[in-house]
Amino acid sequence: MSMNTTVGSTARLLGAALRALLVLSIICGVIYPLAVMGIGQGLFHHQANGSEIRADGRTVGSSLIGQRYDLPLKDGQETPDPDLKWFQPRPSNGLGTNSVNTQYQLILSGATNRAGDNEELIQWVKDAKAAVVKDNSVDGHKIKPSDVPPDAVTSSGSGLDPAISPQYADIQVNRVAKLNNLDITQVQKLVNDHKDGRILGFIGEPRVNVLELNIALKALEAK
Amino acid sequence: MSPVLAGVLQLLALMVALALAYRPLGDYMAGVYSSPKHLRVERWIYRAVGANPATEMRWPAYLRGVLGFSLVSVLFLYLLQRVQGSLPGSLGFASVDPDQAFNTAASFVANTNWQSYYGEQAMGHVVQTGGLAVQNFLSAAVGLAVAVALVRGFARHRTGELGNFWADLVRGTVRILLPVAVVGAVLLVACGAIQNFAGIHEVGQFMGGSQQWNGGAVASQEAIKELGTNGGGYFNANSAHPFENPNGLSNLLEIFLILVIPLSITRTFGRMVGSVRQGYAILAAMVGIWVVFTALMMWTEFRHGGPAFDLAGGATEGKETRFGIGASSIFSVATTLTSTGAVNSFLSSYTGFGGGIAMLGMQLGEIAPGGVGSGLYGILIMAVIAVFLAGLMVGRTPEYLGKKIGTREIKFAACYILITPALVLCFTAVSMVMDTPLNSLTNSGAHGFSEVLYAYTSGANNNGSAFAGLNADTQWYNTTIGIAMLLGRFLPMVFVLALAGSLAEQKPVPMTAGTLRTDKPLFSGLLVGTIMIVAGLTYFPALALGPLAEGLAS
Repeated sequence: MSMNTTVGSTARLLGAALRALLVLSIICGVIYPLAVMGIGQGLFHHQANGSEIRADGRTVGSSLIGQRYDLPLKDGQETPDPDLKWFQPRPSNGLGTNSVNTQYQLILSGATNRAGDNEELIQWVKDAKAAVVKDNSVDGHKIKPSDVPPDAVTSSGSGLDPAISPQYADIQVNRVAKLNNLDITQVQKLVNDHKDGRILGFIGEPRVNVLELNIALKALEAK
Repeated sequence: MSPVLAGVLQLLALMVALALAYRPLGDYMAGVYSSPKHLRVERWIYRAVGANPATEMRWPAYLRGVLGFSLVSVLFLYLLQRVQGSLPGSLGFASVDPDQAFNTAASFVANTNWQSYYGEQAMGHVVQTGGLAVQNFLSAAVGLAVAVALVRGFARHRTGELGNFWADLVRGTVRILLPVAVVGAVLLVACGAIQNFAGIHEVGQFMGGSQQWNGGAVASQEAIKELGTNGGGYFNANSAHPFENPNGLSNLLEIFLILVIPLSITRTFGRMVGSVRQGYAILAAMVGIWVVFTALMMWTEFRHGGPAFDLAGGATEGKETRFGIGASSIFSVATTLTSTGAVNSFLSSYTGFGGGIAMLGMQLGEIAPGGVGSGLYGILIMAVIAVFLAGLMVGRTPEYLGKKIGTREIKFAACYILITPALVLCFTAVSMVMDTPLNSLTNSGAHGFSEVLYAYTSGANNNGSAFAGLNADTQWYNTTIGIAMLLGRFLPMVFVLALAGSLAEQKPVPMTAGTLRTDKPLFSGLLVGTIMIVAGLTYFPALALGPLAEGLAS
């Protein structure tokens, strides 16, 4: 094959490749997502838009996205203290804020990526465990370190875990009841009502949605 | 019910669902690649491309199609990111830096989806949906095409013609990936995955004030990122993010999408070579490895060895409450045994052995069941090696599916299996003796070494998952991992297609009493043994320095 025909056939090939890419981009990159958008928005409007929850006439978040329940930051503090009046979520030491496109204030989902023998992680777990034991031991109701479930002292993969284990919700009941001047049995009933089992009995893990629980707690207080 | 039992039941449910899909999907795909008919939409596409889908290609022409299309795809995706700052519909996000744009373009075209960027802060709607998600389809369709070309090499005689690349690319996209992705995406929306064009918007918080969230076409990208064994997350937390993977059911659905094509294609293979039993033998080897790896992963994660996990009472660091340890382990094994870079839990925080299982899964060459298309051609190469070893033992010229495995065929197969280990071990070694690359480590000691070994293993094998402790957004890692991804994807394809061409030219060898039966359990066992020996001999020293050292110390 002469030089010219090689160059010519390569140019023809790349031209065909570019046209194929453009046509397939329209199908896979425009028509496909729009079709899913149409069906999704039509049939599952609430889910497609982020499963937002309203309470007291305003949006307070999404049932899928975990939040922090902290006191306002005090002077000289780097991390705020938890507002123990509310049920507390898992730690989220892997969350970040955006470092590029800083015209926005975005939450960057993420994990700590610390290994099991990482000194920093060991310290985090120790501190978290001590805090959970201290915070939840109220009025002669003592929490033992062995009562603290692992999810209470470890960060999730996304840092946005909306749920805690039923055990972690249970050990917070006495504290929450005391700080809100509510009856323990009333708060325990609230927690029990918010325990979600495994889907179909075996898919996923039992859990309690913290935002939904706190909304119900607020409603109970208001009564 | 104990979490262990729930994990086992989820694995069994998954196996039942995959078994139900096996025959219909496998037979359907065989029909797609064998039918002489064209859909109307396909005719329009061929007209736009200017290609005649009936033209048969020999292997060099087929390869030129693969490489030409992929080259144009890399350039296009690179440019799209470089001009993002001026594109409408990009949330005002800035253009991506050259080294990161190259890394990302290489990553998505090579079906790897390694990400050195944070999705939510770096990529706007146009790049995510019109660029990255498009390559989730097309890189998978290219993988399918190359696999089908190899199968035709076995099935055809005295020709050399392997089919038409454009027809295979278009059919794989339009008839296989698109319909399944639409169904998968809608089911994901039903579970809670988002699908909107809200952009970045304020959402109120319980304690007052508001926070900024990204909207986007997440469910549609999620479905194809799993189905095409790609794995690139819309958000940094990937499939651990609740908007990508909202509950236990969506989690199982995503694992199903990852595995369904790589497993069912063994049926397609069996149909096309005229014996579904040949497909079953390959399937048995894949499933055997997959189940054993999943069992081992669950065992080590429930056992939670490691000081921090002992203190916490469980290996829940980096894992979501709604999935738990069982379903997280199933997900991680499914992704690292295919070429899917998705994670629903963070591998860097797995136990030492757990991280090692994930790494070894990729180092097997991602063939159990492997990536879409690449899993089948990967394991067929190993089958050729297995037949060759068996032939050496009895002193016969080996044959597979009626084709002689001679010097030329073995050379191609040997070159194939040498490429990725060479890339992984050389780049890891170079990174470890240089100063700057080591600044990227989060953990020190054995785990720090694992971070680097994992990164190149993941890149060269086109997996894309990460021991995310490594800060990979540096010029060194962006460039070298980018090169590893491209060479690890396309050099093996050269040898696969060369092998296919060589096989298709042969005349069939009649089966005799001395022929090794490759449709029997004995062959499945031989195949698994070959895979383990090849990977073990190649990677054992490196694994001993990283995850094994860490696992034994805990």
